[in-house]
Amino acid sequence: MRCTLSEVFPNTPADPSALGFALSRLPRSHAPILWVQDRLSRKEAGRPALAGISGERPIIMVDLSRAADVLWAMEDGLRCRTLGAVIGEVWGDPPALDFTATKRLALRAEAADVPCWLIRRAASPDLSAARDRWRIASLPSAPHPHDRQAPGAPRWWLDLFRSRRVKPGTWVATYDRAADRLHLAAPTRDRAMDAGDGTAGQRAAG
Amino acid sequence: MRVMERQGNAPPDDVPVVLAREGHHGPVIHAANRAARMDGIHPGSRVVDMRAICPELQVEFADVAGDHAALERLVLWARRWCPWSARDGDDGLILDTTGADHLWGGEAAMLVEMETQLSLLGLTARLAVAPTWGAAWALARFGPVRSICGPDEAYFKLGPLPVSGLRLESKTLLLLRRLGLKTIGAVMDVPRLSLTRRFVKAGLAANPLMRLDQALGKLAEPVSSVDAKPVIRAHARLAEPIFDPTPHLPELCEDLCAQLKHAGLGCRRLHLTVFKTDGDVSHVDVATSAPTRDPTHLHSLFRDKVERINPGFGFDLITLAAGAIEEMQDKQSRLDGGADDDLHLTRLIDRLSAKFGPRAVTRPVLRQSHVPERAEALVAALADVGDDAAVLTKERPLRLLDHPEEVRVLYAVPEGPPAQFIWRRQTHRVVRYAGPERIAPEWWKDRPGTRLRDYFKVEDQAGLRLWLYREGLHEDGRGGDPRWFVHGMFA
Repeated sequence: MRCTLSEVFPNTPADPSALGFALSRLPRSHAPILWVQDRLSRKEAGRPALAGISGERPIIMVDLSRAADVLWAMEDGLRCRTLGAVIGEVWGDPPALDFTATKRLALRAEAADVPCWLIRRAASPDLSAARDRWRIASLPSAPHPHDRQAPGAPRWWLDLFRSRRVKPGTWVATYDRAADRLHLAAPTRDRAMDAGDGTAGQRAAG
Repeated sequence: MRVMERQGNAPPDDVPVVLAREGHHGPVIHAANRAARMDGIHPGSRVVDMRAICPELQVEFADVAGDHAALERLVLWARRWCPWSARDGDDGLILDTTGADHLWGGEAAMLVEMETQLSLLGLTARLAVAPTWGAAWALARFGPVRSICGPDEAYFKLGPLPVSGLRLESKTLLLLRRLGLKTIGAVMDVPRLSLTRRFVKAGLAANPLMRLDQALGKLAEPVSSVDAKPVIRAHARLAEPIFDPTPHLPELCEDLCAQLKHAGLGCRRLHLTVFKTDGDVSHVDVATSAPTRDPTHLHSLFRDKVERINPGFGFDLITLAAGAIEEMQDKQSRLDGGADDDLHLTRLIDRLSAKFGPRAVTRPVLRQSHVPERAEALVAALADVGDDAAVLTKERPLRLLDHPEEVRVLYAVPEGPPAQFIWRRQTHRVVRYAGPERIAPEWWKDRPGTRLRDYFKVEDQAGLRLWLYREGLHEDGRGGDPRWFVHGMFA
């Protein structure tokens, strides 16, 4: 699959699942990642901790204050084919991040064949040229294999609500940290109650 | 020759002023002015002791690295008198004026000229001419003012000087003083055989006999001069004052890069200087992360920077000078003539650093520390990172907050994390948790009284996984009740 621009909208601003998802989708390599953050994202959602990011990719951090600068730095980074990925974090809906800006990023990413991820916190999914657009939220984690009380492998609720390449859909993803694999499953839930279900149960009990 | 660094706004001579540097047990005196020396303050002693002797002492901290760099520049500046000069220790210059003195009207006139020129720079100098390095060193520091020593006078001129003039280390000086040898003449009078026997195993800096031979010219001591770096600079002299240097920049960059290429060099800094018609001068500096001589790349670094120059009444001279010059060879990494891919990464970093400042572009690396804030350090984006990468054993969060945020505990539990807490005005109920992982403060870095931390990975009812820690323990004698903080988020 060709590398292109993808947007991720976390459900709550402090939720780091968007980041985990973006990192899990990057191709495995030792190429450096250009990571551009604006000031509010850094303040509200923290900075990426190297100790928590598996893999041995070097990270080049660019700390900026304005969203326009973030887009400028990302676009400049996408001209460099040596990079393994370009990840940008933009807070809210700045006027600089319009359809034209996303289109430029998408075209640059496809021309250079470098994956580009735009993580948008506290934003509304307006018009955008991103080829894949995801909504993501954390779910209660999978059971821990050795400790019932402890949280296990992270689980995310993924919603691909717009895509050019694949059919949109909803999944529950479990991330296997040790193998760096993402297991996708269709969401399961209890069926709606049928009208005859209750009476049948009563009769069986009686 | 001895040079005492003086600042432009020097304090008055009658006030005792000293420069201090960090010693093993607090600051020690690096240099003292005349008034301080008259009060009995000598370099090397501790500042607190000297304050007791002289309560009105003014202490400034010495800029040792700056003095060193200034002295290196002064070595090149002194080439105006002779072509061969070198730095002598931390406070001196040695010039080989053989065959150059007659150009200045003799040795005495040359010394007067040197002292005049150095005093115009604001420097006090003590000068001496002698046939050997050692004799000049001793005469400049302990001899009469502007003393001149002829080729065969060294024996007589050095005789009355103290033994400190022999460039010996302090232990040997103490030994000589205990032996009752106070002047160089006294050392000369000791039979050579005895001195040889006594100091047979001593190195050069501890051997008075070898030092004496050097001063008298019996042992050769050549002066090895350093080469000045080439000055690479491009000018544009304009017939009429202009207000915007942008049209001249590409030509200047190409001229500069042609000079660099001719010399086989690359530059890591560029200084654009604009001389205005009213005598004012403006500078714009840019830097690159790797040596380069590509005119288009260098030109692109000045984008958005040239506009910051206030043109005033216009300017008529533009200078572009290359700084931080390094050797650079053209490398071809692929057979089809394509350039190295890494080059593009360095250029990207140059562009980002030129636009947003070098502090904005960094690279985090892991450090050996259990305290999460110290487990990561920021280095320059293309800096070499050693291979001593820390090995991670525990699971760490994907994101860390710069400043841990305190939470309000609603429902505390004696063991483990709180059952409910408020963070960012929202109530979180802890469903599952793992921990604690206890991280003790690093006593060799932390302030006394820093409390230990118990870290928990907690998951709330919505699935948000937080890294929560309790600072301190109950009744640990380091403050009140322990507080709880959110430090990071797990994916």
